[in-house]
Amino acid sequence: MSFPLLTVTAAVPAVGAILTAAVPAARRTAAKWLALLVSLATLVLAAVVFARFEPGGDRYQLTESHAWIKDFGVRYELGVDGIGVALIALTALLIPFVILAGWHDADPLETKSSRWRPTQGFFALILMVEAMVILSFEATDVFLFYILFEAMLIPMYFLIGGFGDRAHAGSDENAAAQRSYAAVKFLLYNLVGGLIMLAAVIGLYVVAGNFSLTEIAEARANGSLEMATSTERWLFLGFFFAFAVKAPLWPLHTWLPNAMGEATAPVAVLITAVVDKVGTFAMLRFCLGLFPEASKWATPAIVVLALISIVYGALVAVGQRDIKRLVAYASISHFGFIILGIFAMTTQGQSGATLYMVNHGISTAALMLVAGFLISRRGSRLIADYGGVQKVAPVLAGTFLIGGLATLSLPGLAPFVSEFLVLVGTYARYPVAGIIATTGIVLAALYTLVLYQRTMTGPVKEEVRTLPDLRPRELAVVIPLIAVLIFLGVFPKPLTDVVNPAVQHTMSDVQQKDPTPEVEAAK
Amino acid sequence: MENLIALLVGAPLLGAAVLLCGGRRLDKSGHWLGTLLAAVSFFIGLALFADMLGKGAEDRAMHQRLFTWISVDGFQADIAFQLDQLSMTFVLLITGVGTLIHVYSIGYMEHDERRRRFFGYLNLFVAAMLLLVLADNFLLLYFGWEGVGLASYLLIGFWQHKPTAATAAKKAFLVNRVGDMGLSIAIMLMFTTFGTFAFGPVFAATDEASEGKLTAIGLMLLLAACGKSAQVPLQSWLGDAMEGPTPVSALIHAATMVTAGVYLIVRSADIFNAAPDAQLVVTVVGAVTLLFGAIVGCAKDDIKKALAGSTMSQIGYMILAAGLGPIGYAFAIMHLVTHGFFKAGLFLGAGSVMHGMNDEVDMRRYGGLRKYMPVTFATFGLGYLAIIGFPGLSGFFSKDKIIEAAFAKGGTEGWILGSVTLLGAAITAYYMTRVMLMTFFGEKRWQPDAEGHAPHPHESPKSMTIPMVLLAFGSVFAGAFFGIGDRFVAWLEPVTNFEHGHPPISAGAITGATVAVMVIGVGIAYLQYGRRPVPVVAPRGSLLTRAARRDLLQDDFNHAVFVTGGTHLTRSLVYVDHTLVDGVVNGTAASVGGLSGRLRKLQNGYARTYAVSMFGGTAVLIAATLLMRAV
Repeated sequence: MSFPLLTVTAAVPAVGAILTAAVPAARRTAAKWLALLVSLATLVLAAVVFARFEPGGDRYQLTESHAWIKDFGVRYELGVDGIGVALIALTALLIPFVILAGWHDADPLETKSSRWRPTQGFFALILMVEAMVILSFEATDVFLFYILFEAMLIPMYFLIGGFGDRAHAGSDENAAAQRSYAAVKFLLYNLVGGLIMLAAVIGLYVVAGNFSLTEIAEARANGSLEMATSTERWLFLGFFFAFAVKAPLWPLHTWLPNAMGEATAPVAVLITAVVDKVGTFAMLRFCLGLFPEASKWATPAIVVLALISIVYGALVAVGQRDIKRLVAYASISHFGFIILGIFAMTTQGQSGATLYMVNHGISTAALMLVAGFLISRRGSRLIADYGGVQKVAPVLAGTFLIGGLATLSLPGLAPFVSEFLVLVGTYARYPVAGIIATTGIVLAALYTLVLYQRTMTGPVKEEVRTLPDLRPRELAVVIPLIAVLIFLGVFPKPLTDVVNPAVQHTMSDVQQKDPTPEVEAAK
Repeated sequence: MENLIALLVGAPLLGAAVLLCGGRRLDKSGHWLGTLLAAVSFFIGLALFADMLGKGAEDRAMHQRLFTWISVDGFQADIAFQLDQLSMTFVLLITGVGTLIHVYSIGYMEHDERRRRFFGYLNLFVAAMLLLVLADNFLLLYFGWEGVGLASYLLIGFWQHKPTAATAAKKAFLVNRVGDMGLSIAIMLMFTTFGTFAFGPVFAATDEASEGKLTAIGLMLLLAACGKSAQVPLQSWLGDAMEGPTPVSALIHAATMVTAGVYLIVRSADIFNAAPDAQLVVTVVGAVTLLFGAIVGCAKDDIKKALAGSTMSQIGYMILAAGLGPIGYAFAIMHLVTHGFFKAGLFLGAGSVMHGMNDEVDMRRYGGLRKYMPVTFATFGLGYLAIIGFPGLSGFFSKDKIIEAAFAKGGTEGWILGSVTLLGAAITAYYMTRVMLMTFFGEKRWQPDAEGHAPHPHESPKSMTIPMVLLAFGSVFAGAFFGIGDRFVAWLEPVTNFEHGHPPISAGAITGATVAVMVIGVGIAYLQYGRRPVPVVAPRGSLLTRAARRDLLQDDFNHAVFVTGGTHLTRSLVYVDHTLVDGVVNGTAASVGGLSGRLRKLQNGYARTYAVSMFGGTAVLIAATLLMRAV
């Protein structure tokens, strides 16, 4: 038996989580360092996965398969394609920065009793989320995926509800209430999605007799598994609904601004940059892979919803007064792009969507974490409480601007590559949708530059006058993220190399070919 | 030799990286480094130019491919450069004028504590602009296109503590992004039409594409050009962009970046040649902007805004010429180069005046400065004579050719376009004479600044006057050098093709008319501003004057529709999102599962218990079933 690399990559953060949680109350700092080391070890493992993956090889590689629940045909079955590899890399890359950025976010307040161990809990929960997310990118068994999809809600719930942003304007009691509202809303929305998915998972089992993604897809392709049109559509909708809540897609998005607004900045990054990607990833892998006909059937409606997300998310972002909620709505707009790219059903669109997942994760992390540093200095999330920050903290302002420029997809930074691919891929299939989506590039500039102008430029506000510039720990978070954004903006080849073959498979799942250019078609 | 092309971009890019990341250590030397690297780029450009001249006219294009930028099945974009005669012209203009303006800025920004950063941004601009003109495909061009937009944003807003500067920077970026939408869509159209967006394959395949597609591509490219080159209807940002330091106005918002739209159209000549409808729209946009900018330029009292109106108008000439097709491309670029000299010189002169006048920009508070700033006066004066088309100077040659070509378009269109260009020449002479008289002649109307310091005008330091002198040299001689014997046309011909236009009236008559309208324009301005004292406070003025002061109300329109309308839209959407969407989704959930009622009763803690128990229940149920079965 070969070395179970995928299991180990997920198991290291899981075991690390348990160890971190077990660190004695007084040894807070040790717990932090332990968590950081575990996340770095995971990053190394993810790099090994990336290196071992052969772009030209089998669709699913590094596979592992063990019987789990024989009666139901549930197997512990893992395997990665290029899309999974890219997203595992993203997850493993971001977690060390999330931990480093949240270094002091869970330091206990003095009023609490000494047995209270929030620090250990905070970092253990982050690692637990990492483990589950990585495993969900690896699972090729539908049931295993479902369990992970649901289970990651628990640590996320506690991260949102238990470690809110201390920088809330208003009384502590009010803040706690807001926070618990946000956490419960997050949980309920996702639970409802999950329950509907559970029904679809069971339905799929009834139809197919097992849970193996590869087996079902193969049986469907060679015709040994027939599915009635209406059955396929219902099952598709069950899966899609859950993923659309998580992604999130308009109009199921309203939990995200609450959750990202109330959570600490690193947890907000965890939500939007990592956990939500499971939703869009699953659309590609499960919706398109298991239900190709139904996917095509639903495409027009989904394209419309994605366009609404893009434009609506951006417009609502412009009107936000709270920095973190603004970033949340910007993310909703970006998830619209990802979903649009997936359902454009072109190689450019789907490759673009996959790159978009990675790039959005990194750019949002850069922007949000710097925003978090800013908020922790001034103790307010309100845009109106800032002004002239660039004068007192030029490095903070500069990095914030770069994060913003990445968010508005400036060429030279990674998100441009993915956004342009999504646009061109969409345009090739649906010209009108492509043009509507293009308005996103103006709107993104609007919300980003308005945010920058109101917080960073102009006369220096009195309360801002004494804010210190970025500290070494904070620079250690921001600089590598910016470096990755620039590298992938100029040289995205390492990613496209692994993603392209996977997208070819997805395209053949749905039996779609790219539209031929007009000039060639005429010949 | 072609391996040097990447260094053209690389040198200033390195400068930008070092200066922006280098920290305080470089505060003392940064401006020298920035200037040096701009100059390095210029000398590499000269070496390549010399090499190019040594080859036959048809073999001069050079290519350098660095690596594949984006590769997805069917979609390939390279980081690859193409240096032909058209790009070469721009390279020399950008690095030449760019280096002079770096030198000028050493003196101009001497007292600014963020001078190092200023030079970093200038280097960034030069690198991005070179990328724009050297790219061998439209996506890489787009990279440079947005890069210069970023540099422009950073430099307009360089004095970020001034709210007006920050607003102007944001406005410039946003309006440009509207144009960028056009460029994006044009590239998408090319991709779906040709399967590529690299210059060579696209231009080779234009006769296989339908005219409808080509027209659409042309119009989208025009939209992009309107944004970057401040053409109607996307011109509103340029006046506000004068908030930036004056060297920036000279380099970016007069000589180079704003002419990128002209480059884009001339570069895409093969597309436009096959899309006459798009060409017609190009000429109309050029003609409208030519008059629009000139009229605005007549009414402004702020010296930089008057010059900005003039820039808009002069680029209108270039766009119009570019819309004329092979009879106009070469002249569009020729005017672009001569304009680069004299307009950069005029802006540097304006900066020199401001430098000596406590940063005053209101020409009504100038007057009589010729005695106090002789070098500035002389160089500004030569630039003035060049732009109004004084016979023998640069502007005379380049503008006259455009007027001729406009008439040569033929038919009613030719007469209309020709007349517009003549009218524009008259207005140009008028507003430039007005600037000249108000600034350097007449009574002293100097006023103390806000802190009560009376101005003590003085000549600027050598680092500022030498670039002005060199640019004045170009303003005087470039036109004759290019124009006599059709040297410039012959140089560009392999890239843009050239057809001799045949105007319905003789070329001599057109030249005569051009000179005549110039004299009329100068004369009227002299009667108004030379013979009579200039009031320090602007008179109320006619309806047209008042409208022109407000950019012909176009800004008011934008404000009412986009700013006010947009604010209402976003506010109502925020409200809708908060109440309606959230409410409906929660409500639906409530009716389905009774969940949302709990959400609302959150304060008493029910919902949390409920959610946890529901979740816990599901989990336990599943886990129990599975484990029982599994064992």
